[in-house]
Amino acid sequence: MGTIWFCLVAIMIVMYVLLDGFDLGAGAIHLVVAKTDEERRQVLASIGPVWDGNEVWLVAAGGTLYFAFPALYASGFSGFYLPLMIVLWLLILRGASIEFRNHIKSAVWDPLWDFLFCASSLLLAVFYGAALANVVRGVPLDASGYFFEPLWTNFRLGEKTGILDWYTILIGVLALLALVMHGGLWVQMKTRSKVSERAGKFSGRAWWGVVALTAIVTAVSFRVQPQIKENFTAWPWGFVFPLLAVAGAAGVQFELRRKDERKAFFASCAYLAGMLTSVVFGVYPMVLPARNPVYSLTVNGAKAGDYGLKVGAIWWTIGIILAASYFTFVYRSFSGKVDVKADSHGHQH
Amino acid sequence: MEEALGVHRLHFAFTVTFHYIFPQLTMGLALLLVYLKTKALRTGNEHYNRAARFWARIFGINFALGVVTGIPMEFQFGTNWAAFSKTAGGVIGQTLAMEGVFSFFLESSFLGLFLFGEKKLGRMGHWWAGFLVWLGSWFSGYFIVATDAWMQHPVGYRVGANGVIELASFWALLLNKWTLWQYAHTMLGAVQTGCFVMAGVGAFYLLTRRDEVYGRTFVKGGVLVGAIAALLQLFPTGDMQGKLIAENQPVTLAAMEGLFETQKGAPLAILGQPDVEKRKLDNPLVVPSMLSFLTYKKWSANVRGLDAFSQDTWPDRIALLYYSYHVMVGLGTIFIAVMVVAAFLYWRGKLYESRWMLWIVMLCVPLPYIANTAGWMTAELGRQPWLIYGLMRTANGASPRVSAGNALFTLIGFMGMYAILAILWLFLVYREIELGPEPEEDLRHEKKIAIAAD
Repeated sequence: MGTIWFCLVAIMIVMYVLLDGFDLGAGAIHLVVAKTDEERRQVLASIGPVWDGNEVWLVAAGGTLYFAFPALYASGFSGFYLPLMIVLWLLILRGASIEFRNHIKSAVWDPLWDFLFCASSLLLAVFYGAALANVVRGVPLDASGYFFEPLWTNFRLGEKTGILDWYTILIGVLALLALVMHGGLWVQMKTRSKVSERAGKFSGRAWWGVVALTAIVTAVSFRVQPQIKENFTAWPWGFVFPLLAVAGAAGVQFELRRKDERKAFFASCAYLAGMLTSVVFGVYPMVLPARNPVYSLTVNGAKAGDYGLKVGAIWWTIGIILAASYFTFVYRSFSGKVDVKADSHGHQH
Repeated sequence: MEEALGVHRLHFAFTVTFHYIFPQLTMGLALLLVYLKTKALRTGNEHYNRAARFWARIFGINFALGVVTGIPMEFQFGTNWAAFSKTAGGVIGQTLAMEGVFSFFLESSFLGLFLFGEKKLGRMGHWWAGFLVWLGSWFSGYFIVATDAWMQHPVGYRVGANGVIELASFWALLLNKWTLWQYAHTMLGAVQTGCFVMAGVGAFYLLTRRDEVYGRTFVKGGVLVGAIAALLQLFPTGDMQGKLIAENQPVTLAAMEGLFETQKGAPLAILGQPDVEKRKLDNPLVVPSMLSFLTYKKWSANVRGLDAFSQDTWPDRIALLYYSYHVMVGLGTIFIAVMVVAAFLYWRGKLYESRWMLWIVMLCVPLPYIANTAGWMTAELGRQPWLIYGLMRTANGASPRVSAGNALFTLIGFMGMYAILAILWLFLVYREIELGPEPEEDLRHEKKIAIAAD
């Protein structure tokens, strides 16, 4: 039961990254790819009806993690206290920027929210990457089952780690580049003329960084977290996950050259899904590795009672099927390129 | 530890109080939007669709703020209340996760369609989008109240060998009798906020003699729905909540009512200031024997005062609890008076001309916010010193490794950020009210003629 929930939570996190990932990425490149007010409205209109629903995957994944692995939720969230609070503030700023921008048209109002939207999206991508890296690297858990990590210590991978060190920053930058690529491909697919062209070009450039950093990070991660090597040796079928990532990355470049905007975006989804599932596969059965492996939290150590998990499996399945149907319906209703003039996003007086 | 505990409590109290400003309006307004969309569908009058579009814009601002201030609530269970989460996460995580899976997906998906897809969906489709937003937001309320109700009155659990509380019965958790009454009471409170805001804006338009067609629609909808909600708030939901507290949390009842001494024919305190040190109520204005009657339907019934309980089970903020409760009840009574009189005037066909009544309705707008907040304070302060009533004390629930200094840092951060959000919220909502709904079609036509004539 624990392993099933480990996989289900992983699926929800992957869904969150794929969906909110494109609107975060769109935010991070907002100022660069869209210059005029009309162009910026296009970018915002492409995510306007969906960003909030995308963010619900974070809330739902959080809730699922909470009831399936309460001990993990308790020790992980209190241990990552400061970065999580910063993530919350960034999410608040970002949500406010998207919603408030189009209420007023003014030379001081729009640029302010555009800047905040861009900056908060960008920083969120970096923090998410760093958070994931913290899990891979391991945290200073002790016998009490709790820890508290400062934002940084000496930027090295010693016993007293901080949230930010060279390894987590490296992955933070990779996350930013990957989401920039992902968001750029979304914007390319959903907008017209200049914005679409610039976004496509920008994604193409980010791609080189993504590929280079992916290679470095992969090599380093095998050394930082020995469990990864063990798992891939023990269960070689797990190589499908990194292969998916490689195929996705190759697909992005291939489809960009063929100018197939939809397929390029879906290739990027495959890359992100492949990377995340590789990580998840690599750390199993740990849910939160400790610097001292004795204290690592495992699936069995962190899971809730079996009855609750069984009941949860029933309603979760029903709920996710429903959610998937709403999402299909919403994305179909807003399919195709956005049209700013015909779109009722916000309103001007 | 002491200091950290205080900061963690204030952290949650502050963020949840601010957060609840928004859902109470959106949950109430969602119902009123369904009312307006239904009217539009049944009468075929475009006026109601334009009215719904106006309120949808105000709904959108509040909904966005509700979302961004809501995510911190879920996170804080882990960040600030880790010991509690580790112990009880297997139970309350269920309802919190169900909220995400069953209501937030529904609500956010269809709100996107409701706000951006009116043309694409058509009349019937748009009605359904509004209906599903309402359903989603009310499901959400249910799961949150179920979570709180379990902390007030834990059921369907078993304590495992390592002290961890596990779920034993899913349906007992979901159909907790405490949940049902608390939910009804909470949702009626939200409906009243929605009604007072809608009627208040309508009254503002009528008093300033602008958009009067809309003003009448808003006042009528707000007052009629509001009058029903105000009455149901008192009876049966408020009454039943009181009975549940008397039965299951008698020490809380004594503290709420400021009853220090056990007595037969206990009086009901209307006004007065509790002096906890001297264990008496200063300047009391009381109705003799009323508390006995309300609680046990018998004038001479014995009601246990605080002296009947050991002091370490007393709520730790008795005076604040007493005031919260009295503010809630006092305002609830005022709402009944205002709404019933306004509804009477509407029935006599005099409401839109009774400027004194419109003034009162308009000035009442902030009051339901205060009443809802006071109601939640009563529930949560009344539960003290327990985090889970009878099972786990608040003092044992906070995160053991998060220091007072770090918690204070983020509390101050939230205060700063929320101060800015509050200013923006007031500014943007007032601006929407000032801009007003789209002009009625005949007026638009007249304007065009006027422009053509120039």
